Amino acid sequence: MSDSSYNLDHLTELEAESIYVLREVAAQFDRPAILFSGGKDSIVVTHLAAKAFAPGRIPMPLVHIDTGHNFPETLEFRDNLVERLGARLIVGSVQETIDSGKVKEETGANASRNRLQTTTLIDAIEAHQFDACIGGARRDEEKARAKERFFSHRDDFSQWDPKNQRPELWNLFNGMHAPGEHFRVFPLNNWTELDVWNYILRENIALPSLYFAHDRVCIRRAGQILAHSDFLTLRPEETPETMHVRFRTLGDLTITGAFESDADTLEKIIDEVAATRITERGGRMDDKRSESAMEDRKKEGYF
Amino acid sequence: MTTSSTPDHNGLLRFTTAGSVDDGKSTLIGRLLYDSKSIFEDQLEAVESASSQKGIDGTDLSLLTDGLRAEREQGITIDVAYRYFATPKRKFIIADTPGHIQYTRNMVTGASTADLAIILIDARHGLLEQTHRHSFIASLLGLRHVVVCVNKMDLVGYSEDRFNEIVQAYKNFSSRLDITDIKFIPISALHGDNVVDRSDNTPWYGGGTLLHHLETVHVGADRNLQDCRFPVQYVIRPQTDAHRDFRGYAGRIASGVFKPGDKVVALPSGLESTVDQILVGDTSLDKAFPPLSVTMTLTDDIDLSRGDMLVRANNQPESTQSLDARICWLSEAPLNPATRYVLRHTTRDVQAKITEVVYRIDINTLHRIEDDLKVGVNDMARVRIKTASPLLIDGYRDNRSTGSFILVDPSTHLTVAAGVVG
Ligand SMILES: Nc1nc2c(ncn2[C@@H]2O[C@H](COP(=O)(O)OP(=O)(O)O)[C@@H](O)[C@H]2O)c(=O)[nH]1
Ligand SMILES: [Mg+2]
Repeated sequence: MSDSSYNLDHLTELEAESIYVLREVAAQFDRPAILFSGGKDSIVVTHLAAKAFAPGRIPMPLVHIDTGHNFPETLEFRDNLVERLGARLIVGSVQETIDSGKVKEETGANASRNRLQTTTLIDAIEAHQFDACIGGARRDEEKARAKERFFSHRDDFSQWDPKNQRPELWNLFNGMHAPGEHFRVFPLNNWTELDVWNYILRENIALPSLYFAHDRVCIRRAGQILAHSDFLTLRPEETPETMHVRFRTLGDLTITGAFESDADTLEKIIDEVAATRITERGGRMDDKRSESAMEDRKKEGYF
Repeated sequence: MTTSSTPDHNGLLRFTTAGSVDDGKSTLIGRLLYDSKSIFEDQLEAVESASSQKGIDGTDLSLLTDGLRAEREQGITIDVAYRYFATPKRKFIIADTPGHIQYTRNMVTGASTADLAIILIDARHGLLEQTHRHSFIASLLGLRHVVVCVNKMDLVGYSEDRFNEIVQAYKNFSSRLDITDIKFIPISALHGDNVVDRSDNTPWYGGGTLLHHLETVHVGADRNLQDCRFPVQYVIRPQTDAHRDFRGYAGRIASGVFKPGDKVVALPSGLESTVDQILVGDTSLDKAFPPLSVTMTLTDDIDLSRGDMLVRANNQPESTQSLDARICWLSEAPLNPATRYVLRHTTRDVQAKITEVVYRIDINTLHRIEDDLKVGVNDMARVRIKTASPLLIDGYRDNRSTGSFILVDPSTHLTVAAGVVG
């Protein structure tokens, strides 16, 4: 039988794979959670989870690690989504981690809370005894992420050992682990940035307004455009100005680069993404710190 | 990307690259990505600056896939890297796998989900042990399509004779394997000959380029649409006011085509019922087939949970507690006949013991080794397995889902073996 009505387009095939992964987490783990960053990838993961368990509710909480430097739009969007889905939300606060004296805030004009998130995340994992944390990371994002399994083992200290990963055969995922260990799970592993955008369009998934071109007061720094906010320490040569911009990823306000764009609809964004010659994370200061910046952060337990 | 937002009419192709260390796997992938314009400027800049830091003339495209620090330091691939590219004809998922023998388990990981394997051979060296091993694994894992790329043709003066010699040697070896479709292409991954564009250096070669073959190879027929198998993965019972009585069986169709109204049998109970609805989210489908993930409801309330399977009455898998299987051992700790392993098959876990090692396989000669039956890391063997409760199996040749399993060591939780039935 090679009837063409049995051919699936690749988005449907990716969706089927992701739904399978999410259900496997629900079946294999006692205390799973979805790490919800507020960005488009975690919004897509949440959408897929809603589909995977429909008409039931998503059987795991959404966990948001709040740097305290969020765009207000992100928080508003998060709260609306949680309410609409009847999901449970758990917030881990980087500010509280700082106040407890566990970590020190970086200082200076390059200061960012990006790295501090890891401590807050690991604290939340321990406090709630999560045994599986589902993330929206994709293998096409970055070269260390290209090595990820679907079920990625983390030891008692949340560390990743990339040189010694478990084999992962077919779709027989092995989530067995000792107490204290956990897994990071990546349902979107095989999606590309363009796949995510096309899927958002196909499924008509709502997104925070930040992804669409809008007027915003920004500054230029080291070849990047950053949103001006109270969290940013201005350097003498920097002057805020209004630009027509949008964001390609949403992270901590102080490091997420915006770029000038007229794409104010999903269709225009897809055309722009398809034509662009720079990777998504190319706009992030945190990855530029060194060749192995992502690998090093991931080993410590970063998203 | 050169592609529009809807790149496919030939859908998705998953392929893996295999071959010995330094045969050029990473360079070939870099070349495919580069020539299909799937490399972004900042990635290329990073690779160029890393290349010049290492004192390499030109750009070392293998740095695109060797993403771990240890890999770049040692200049080798340790673990599978997945890469993505699309042309207007198809979307591709590549698993770039390591060539070193001690990382064979990572090669197996990359190959287990692939439709096709590219096996690289260095034209100067011909077939090496890893060529044999990887071809054997590809055959064991049921990859029906293999493309043998004879690489570094630039270093043998694009010699037709050398190419033919290697083709002949590979044919001799592979006649004892179970691969139906083998293609041979002379290439230079470094210079791009016959990768994306036809080469003027090989006028004697009449076939197409590698990319052309990847874009057009037909893999749809590899799917099993005959034998209906639906392993239940998760039971959805919302118990909300709106859906008080809803009971749905969530899972991925392993094989066959299911439709509402179909009479089905639940295994192992043998209870019969009829498919009521097939849902994805809140959309009802009029048919479901692999690899769709769906939720099925039945017209009767029967007892059915994770690990059970829905099938058709007249076409059932074998229910058995003893398996004949071929395994690839993946763990540093050797096979121990006294250990009760956890065997995971579809969505079911059972305890299992390996009661007999029938033979090991000598990768180079494909001969059976029957006198030394100790199975260690990277060994391939035929074994008999006994399980504590019945499994619902098909032969791997007919069914990649219901014919495959893994063994997990319950004391370390590590996956120690990959197995195929039959
Ligand atoms: N001359 C020549 N060198 C090549 C070719 N393909 C790869 N190489 C070189 O062979 C070496 C090993 O390549 P690499 O892609 O890392 O091999 P891998 O171990 O199979 O991934 C590198 O120095 C490459 O530049 C080729 O077609 N011609
Ligand atoms: Mg390599």
